[in-house]
Amino acid sequence: MTSTLVTNLAILVLAGFVGYAVISKVPNTLHTPLMSGTNAIHGIVVLGGILILVTGEADGFLNKLLLVIAVAFGTINVVGGFLVTDRMLEMFKAKPKDQIEAGSEDVK
Amino acid sequence: MIASSFITDRNFVAVLYIISFGLFIYGLSGLTGPKTAVRGNRIAAVGMAIAVIATLLVPHVSNIVLIILGVAIGTAVGVPAARQVKMTQMPQMVALFNGVGGGAVALIAWVEFRDSGGFADVPTYVAIFSCFAAIIGSVSFWGSNIAFAKLQELIDGKPVKPFGSAQVLVNGALLLVAVACGVAIVAGSHSEILIIVLLVAAALVGNFLVLPIGGADMPVVISTLNAFTGLSAAATGIALNNTSLIVAGMIVGASGTLLTQQMAVAMNRTITSVLLGGFGGEVAAAAGAGGASGTVRSTSAADVAIQMAYARQVVVVPGYGMAVSQAQHAVREMAKLLEAKGVTVKYAIHPVAGRMPGHMNVLLAEADVPYEQLKEMDDINGEFSRTDVSVVIGANDVTNPDARNKADSPIYGMPILNVDESQSVIVLKRSMSSGYAGIDNPLFVNPKTSMLFGDAKSSVEGITEELKIL
Repeated sequence: MTSTLVTNLAILVLAGFVGYAVISKVPNTLHTPLMSGTNAIHGIVVLGGILILVTGEADGFLNKLLLVIAVAFGTINVVGGFLVTDRMLEMFKAKPKDQIEAGSEDVK
Repeated sequence: MIASSFITDRNFVAVLYIISFGLFIYGLSGLTGPKTAVRGNRIAAVGMAIAVIATLLVPHVSNIVLIILGVAIGTAVGVPAARQVKMTQMPQMVALFNGVGGGAVALIAWVEFRDSGGFADVPTYVAIFSCFAAIIGSVSFWGSNIAFAKLQELIDGKPVKPFGSAQVLVNGALLLVAVACGVAIVAGSHSEILIIVLLVAAALVGNFLVLPIGGADMPVVISTLNAFTGLSAAATGIALNNTSLIVAGMIVGASGTLLTQQMAVAMNRTITSVLLGGFGGEVAAAAGAGGASGTVRSTSAADVAIQMAYARQVVVVPGYGMAVSQAQHAVREMAKLLEAKGVTVKYAIHPVAGRMPGHMNVLLAEADVPYEQLKEMDDINGEFSRTDVSVVIGANDVTNPDARNKADSPIYGMPILNVDESQSVIVLKRSMSSGYAGIDNPLFVNPKTSMLFGDAKSSVEGITEELKIL
């Protein structure tokens, strides 16, 4: 039992450093999409709800009700988070090259 | 049968989890640039889909109807919300999505408690991590809801302190109650009342933590709560022995913490001082004592248009006021006309302008402002001395020279945009009221400064009309 815990703690610590390293390279400009993107990722808690339901561990009406709410919450977090991030990032992508060329032509 | 036993094999499922968190990390690293970001986000979403499928691969699937029901409800709520939200409302949307994530964590911890007879038949560490997840998840859920309500202006955005200066003590006591319940549970008490008291006490902490925080500090609050939910998800992952949850949760926890730090540095404040709240409170007194003297010069849209049309370089300094009046498209129109006249237009983005990290960038990107024109504070500050006109649109505290000059100012030491170094400054402002911090801004009485009063959007549109005539 303890060995599972120790392995998981090792993963936890390493993931913390990976997160720190990856994110420290993100420019200020992209901080909002970064936040909503990471926000979507922590919606992964939906797995927790699904896991307990799918293995049939949960008994009783209240437990199941709470889990359905948890799964719904988690899904809102995941689906909404990824969609909103996608919408935002599409705007950043919005053909910057064409516009700058158009802009410099105007100047001439 | 052989195939089905293979796909439900524990190692196969574990490999799927590894693939999923690999995709999360790879996807997030794409967010470092605007060109790779869209793909990065979609890669992370694929990782999420794989993780969900992996979770469903168990030998005997139960409750599939309930799972579909939950996912369907979540999709029905989440998709339209994400599709329809305006870019100006992005901070509250992120707060809301963050909150439901925290809520899910808290609910899962509660069910785990009920399911295992109060953690009777599980290792001690499961109880410890579940209690941690329950506390943080509940704080995050309620804190995010309050942040949402404040940003959506359902409740007053100004700092509210139900217990006055004793607020910190009340919060500490409530947190202590929650932790004490957790300790009792871990020590072997199985009474369900304990976990309920734990959740309620943590919920109150969440409420009281965010209520006293003013609107200007929201970037710090939102990224802190984001980090909280991430950490609580990681704790849930340890309790459920699910590597994908651990890695994803921890990455979010780490990135949220880093972002919070950066925000706090950009405001020259410690995270604790923000979270203990009361910016508005302590500052109000200081504002009364100071009182900037000097005359305010107001100007007209026509004058502003002429001034800008004959400039070589114009720097736009957007703030929350631009978001409120949704002036970003009007600003872009104005900039296009200026560019057509040969004026160089740049945008100076303060790290904490708006209500969430990078808020202004999103709005300007929505209005098709080229990414290259958006300048971060350190890059643009050297350029103000070479700038003819700085246009401050609905920004206040981030341009306040007191942060540089006046040692007793509450914002002294906060890095600001040095707009007062440019040849002339135009401030678009609704009225002479002070900013969120409630302090005077000597920039407004600077002889270089002219004020254009009115709603930011109609002011900018007025300037644009004048530019067309020129």
